[in-house]
Amino acid sequence: MSAQLPGPVMVAAGCGGTGRELEPYAGPDGLAGLDLVTRSITLDARAGGPGPRVVEVPGGLVNAVGLPNPGLEHFLATELPWLVRAGARVFVSIAGSTMGEYADLARRLSRAPGVAGLEVNVGAPDEVGAALFEVREPYHSASVIAAVRREFPTDRPVLAKLRPDVSRIVEGARSCHEAGASAVVVGNAVPAAFPDGRAGGLSGPAIAPIALRCVAEVHRALPAVPTIGCGGVHDLRSAGAYLDAGASAVQVGTALLHDPTTVARLRAALALRALQEDA
Amino acid sequence: MADERGPVDGSHPSVHVDGEVVATKRVGGYRHLTLTAPGVPERFRAGNFVAVSVAGHVARRALWVHRVRASSAFGPTLDVVVEARGSGTTWLAAQPVGARIAITGPLGRPFALPKVAVSCLLVGEGYAAAPLFPLAERLRERGCAVSLVVSAPDEAHLLSALEARRSARSVTVLTADGSVGQRGTVADHVAGLVERSDADVVYAAGPHAVLRSVAAAAERAGAWSQVAVETPTPCGTGLCHGCPLPVVGEDGVERVVRACAEGPVVRGDRIRWDALPDALGQVL
Repeated sequence: MSAQLPGPVMVAAGCGGTGRELEPYAGPDGLAGLDLVTRSITLDARAGGPGPRVVEVPGGLVNAVGLPNPGLEHFLATELPWLVRAGARVFVSIAGSTMGEYADLARRLSRAPGVAGLEVNVGAPDEVGAALFEVREPYHSASVIAAVRREFPTDRPVLAKLRPDVSRIVEGARSCHEAGASAVVVGNAVPAAFPDGRAGGLSGPAIAPIALRCVAEVHRALPAVPTIGCGGVHDLRSAGAYLDAGASAVQVGTALLHDPTTVARLRAALALRALQEDA
Repeated sequence: MADERGPVDGSHPSVHVDGEVVATKRVGGYRHLTLTAPGVPERFRAGNFVAVSVAGHVARRALWVHRVRASSAFGPTLDVVVEARGSGTTWLAAQPVGARIAITGPLGRPFALPKVAVSCLLVGEGYAAAPLFPLAERLRERGCAVSLVVSAPDEAHLLSALEARRSARSVTVLTADGSVGQRGTVADHVAGLVERSDADVVYAAGPHAVLRSVAAAAERAGAWSQVAVETPTPCGTGLCHGCPLPVVGEDGVERVVRACAEGPVVRGDRIRWDALPDALGQVL
């Protein structure tokens, strides 16, 4: 059975709060029917990193938030049921410091009611700083995907979120797909530094051309691998660029911090565009 | 004190709207902007803030609300106070009448109000004292005796000391350079002010050092304190987790919460001050 892929618009990991903060801005239906990727959930609770966690730079934000989350147990007990009740299609982003943690997370989430799919965070801009499993080579991410896939039912999608590194992205996408990823999300924040030299990731409009190049390369080399574009999506035009380059969906992240209604507006605009194309 | 501020879960939903500058006025070192923002003034409670978009910038600028008018020639309006300190606030301060600005609000948890008429001391410094003015009006409506302290480095950065006399029983003015009122800082005077006001509740708004000294003085005097924490909030809406505020929960457990969503108003005795950076950060 093939997994039903999300799209065409998703909320990117780490930019939708717990979902509740987004609800007032999500449009007349609230979160109903919205493909939402949660912030990354780890086995144990994390308080997040020290401030400043987010600093503005021209064209974007440099962030090192440190994956603050309540841990899997608390997420399953409180945040997930709320999201499911609100009608969101919930894709849980998972992050671990070992392959075993990724497998544990996948196994326990496979039994949780209402999880539409998983997104595996294997391309964080600074895994070492975030105490995550380090992904230097494509086989690192592929082995995480394989471990997750073994624990998660095949009728629900597993997305691999990769770093938008144009020299490695095709190989990374190929090996993750072969390891069982239903689609690849291209990509994460670009490795960067804060003005004071601390490691972080750059996100926002500044990275759109980088992620777009990566999507185009993956689509050219691997037309059968579904790709989801992520990086600087904020309107019909920026979303359309990814879709025209071969992406099957886009994720909206940083733009929500600038305008929390972005996803609602983009969903409406894409629905209208689809209607016009049909006509 | 009863906490009837409402949950953080959107039961008093905020809105994201296209606002318009309907008046702009320079007052000392600040620019006061009067804005329309359909739905925001109607939902506002003292201590809430708004996040505005600045052309060419990704992060939002959080602004305290200084005053809300239920009706005017332009309909309901809100006033914000801007100090031009960086490119974003300089742009905002330069917006002329008629300029359109995307506004999200009201945001954050407001001040908790006492259920019965008690004595309240309000201490504010600089432009960040703004939320104390609508608070003073609410408290007066409830029959509370309000003493207000406005402080600033100098006269040009003193916010609305004259207007304050409308809703406060007594107003004390402090300037660090002694250009008007008493010379000195909040830290210098706060112990005596808390004692003289015989306050049951102390409210504070301003830089972290001011909030900390007020919270400590309230604690010593056995009064409740509520402080409005100003920290850079990249989104203002709770989405990005970019404004960490170290606190101790009701259960005694140390946590890091979001200043924008679980704050900006928190009990002064709940903040882990040593873990809170004093600098206001980079978002200006």
